[in-house]
Amino acid sequence: MKVRIKFSKYGIMKFIGHLDVMRYFQKAIRRAGIDIVYTEGLSPHMVMSFASPLGVGLTSDGEYMDIEIKTPISSSEAIDALNRVGVEGIRVTGFYQIPEGKASKAMTLVAAADYELRFRKGHEPRMDWQSDISHFFAQKSILVMKKTKKSEKEVDIRPMIYQMSVNSGTVFMKLASGSTANLKPELVMDTYLQTLGIVPEPFAYEIHRCEVYADIGPEGRPKLTALGALGTEIK
Amino acid sequence: MRKLALSDEILLSVEKPARYIGGEVNSVMKDKDKIAIRFAMCFPDVYEIGMSHLGIQILYDMFNRREDVWCERVYSPWVDLDKVMREKKIPLFALESQDPIKDFDFLGITLQYEMCYTNVLQILDLAQIPLLAAERGEEYPLVIGGGPCAYNPEPLAEFFDLFYIGEGETVYDALLDLYQTSRKAGETRNDFLKKAAQIPGIYVPSLYEVTYKEDGTIGSFEPKVPGIPAVIKKQAVTELTQAPYPEAPVVPFIKVTQDRVVLEIQRGCIRGCRFCQAGMLYRPTRERTLEVLKEHAYQMLKSTGHEEISLSSLSSSDYSDLPGIVNFLIDEFRDQNINISLPSLRIDAFSLDVMSKVQDVRKSSLTFAPEAGSQRLRNVINKGLTEEVILDGADKAFHGGWNKVKLYFMLGLPTETEEDRKAIAHLANAIAVKYYEIPKEERNGKCQITVSTSFFVPKPFTPFQWAQMHQPGDYLGFAKTVNHEIKEMLNQKSIRYNWHQADVTLLEGVFARGDRKISSVILEAYRQGALYDAWTEYWNYDRWLQAFETCGIQMDFYTVRKRELDEIFPWDFIDIGVTKTFLKKEWQTAHQELVTPNCRMQCSGCGAGTYQTGICIETKTGSATF
Repeated sequence: MKVRIKFSKYGIMKFIGHLDVMRYFQKAIRRAGIDIVYTEGLSPHMVMSFASPLGVGLTSDGEYMDIEIKTPISSSEAIDALNRVGVEGIRVTGFYQIPEGKASKAMTLVAAADYELRFRKGHEPRMDWQSDISHFFAQKSILVMKKTKKSEKEVDIRPMIYQMSVNSGTVFMKLASGSTANLKPELVMDTYLQTLGIVPEPFAYEIHRCEVYADIGPEGRPKLTALGALGTEIK
Repeated sequence: MRKLALSDEILLSVEKPARYIGGEVNSVMKDKDKIAIRFAMCFPDVYEIGMSHLGIQILYDMFNRREDVWCERVYSPWVDLDKVMREKKIPLFALESQDPIKDFDFLGITLQYEMCYTNVLQILDLAQIPLLAAERGEEYPLVIGGGPCAYNPEPLAEFFDLFYIGEGETVYDALLDLYQTSRKAGETRNDFLKKAAQIPGIYVPSLYEVTYKEDGTIGSFEPKVPGIPAVIKKQAVTELTQAPYPEAPVVPFIKVTQDRVVLEIQRGCIRGCRFCQAGMLYRPTRERTLEVLKEHAYQMLKSTGHEEISLSSLSSSDYSDLPGIVNFLIDEFRDQNINISLPSLRIDAFSLDVMSKVQDVRKSSLTFAPEAGSQRLRNVINKGLTEEVILDGADKAFHGGWNKVKLYFMLGLPTETEEDRKAIAHLANAIAVKYYEIPKEERNGKCQITVSTSFFVPKPFTPFQWAQMHQPGDYLGFAKTVNHEIKEMLNQKSIRYNWHQADVTLLEGVFARGDRKISSVILEAYRQGALYDAWTEYWNYDRWLQAFETCGIQMDFYTVRKRELDEIFPWDFIDIGVTKTFLKKEWQTAHQELVTPNCRMQCSGCGAGTYQTGICIETKTGSATF
């Protein structure tokens, strides 16, 4: 049975990188006694894949990973078991059955993500930086120099920003995410601040990922659905 | 939510912030208002090394079982954070509470290898605790050292308030109880230390006085105050099976060196190799029963979720029910996709069979540690492994499909000659010959023999504690002889040779057999920037040479000087059970090139019998198994 796990990452766990979060879950699944499927061969490992790696320093309420289990377990039991053996900073919030087949893999489905961005205490610009956001978002195109390993090229990031607004110091962004188009919230914010003549500082932002979406609409008519909503609760 | 000692900005700008945040699975949190004693347990090296150490996990668990104690962990900040902490004057903190360790009652530092000594000073310095014990006022924690290097604590005597000589499971409770009583009675630090010095195994260096002869050797070593013992007796667990063992070891978030469940199957070693300090310090050999090991294995795998389990001990093949424990692990856990990581075993039918079950034969390698190239020198060091046994083991393994062999040797051993060094190459070649005797169609490509040599460092409490070291220039010459001879071999293309740096060896030698005068050199080198000396990239020999010069201390006195049989050694005030008389006899037997039987065959009366436990009270077989 294919299963999707949703979890939050917060507190000190934001300092734990993606690969170590994976290691954390491998051990947590063993401690919780969840009967997971392993690969064949001399050094078997758990069948496990993450939707979208979260950078170090970010927190999230919308992390997803897919696993495969041998013995069915109800969603509520599994969530309890994983949280009972877990640490502060990782909380499992969902455990859903998902359809079989490669097409339903979280990693390939990711299309967009919601973020909240705030300034870290003491790093907030000393001028009014909020009121111009709607104007910034209303532009037809936003050209940014994107550095790749080999060269620099100009990219229009505007089509990858689906929503952007601000509410008492917290910037909300819905951005393209995944393998086809991917935009990082810090790049959007840096670009915006530069239009105001503010030089972005390192470590100035606190970024929280709220949700990760798949696009289930027909070609050209996007319909974003949270990855968790593609699965069903196991009774 | 736990508050961290370091800001996000610092943590996000240093390598591996997970080293400093605590909060790992099975780490212990307590309410500090309900705690009487706060103990910071330190391994003075980077987190990934320190977290892999079994001893700390044992003590951490044992201390935290006490309701009145909260034991937390601390490791050396890596050089990047070290710099930030100095600049911003951030006091070193414990991982669990993130509180500064200068506010703790105890700072315990385990001393696992000599090259961590400058890291000890870094810990004190960053913690904002005065480096010299004599300068610590009432408000500072008591700094206590333990571990194998504490068996010659003298080079560090100035920096520690007390040392614990022996295995931690025995008298720590007494020490903590005494501390409680002393605190309640409002006694001073010195009052406490005087009483602590009466607990067996506790050594308070400031209460002892050393005088030196004109030639620089020790004239006398005596207590300065009445009522404390002149000789400190090593503490050893008498019932290993019943000794506390962590049911739920801390599980690090990041990958550490030892990322697995570790089962300590036995303590001590019956072999009596004459260069080996552990083999003497941990006598008598004591085993844990198979039943209790099984229980520990279940509990620890369950509580950690680790995907690998390994066995720990010296000379694991000597565990009396090795098939029992190994087969249990395989039968019980392999279906649960748990890797069994075997220790290096004596190569025989049994070990080859289990190895083929748990490893990929084509990828894994066989390990032999003959330690010396010639039979003559192997007799000198009492390594009873014969060439015949090695070749036979290799032959069996080659027929079983293996084609990689690792060989470990030491160079610079007592009585060693050019011929002995060349014999290393000859032995490696003979193994390769065995391989190529197998018909081509049954072989698995070429064989790979890796020869590694380290330089011998004479250690206290070994028969070789009287040995002279060599001049700095000699060591690399020894390695060159081996290298050259390997190049002369017919099968040289199948043999790879690695050797170690020579200059670290000399410093290790100084620290290992050093006296109190060495403290000043360590302090000076640290002040000049020495840190992480065990890490090649930070090792700077010239800085050390400079420190010796500044302090007016001759390295040769500690390394190449000939020690007389009646010399008083800096560590002679410690009684490990094994007597100096026995060690002296072994030193002489070594020169006669004679082998002393192992403890299971026959008792040689080393003195460890005074502990009345383990192998010392078992019936001897009288027959040899090597």
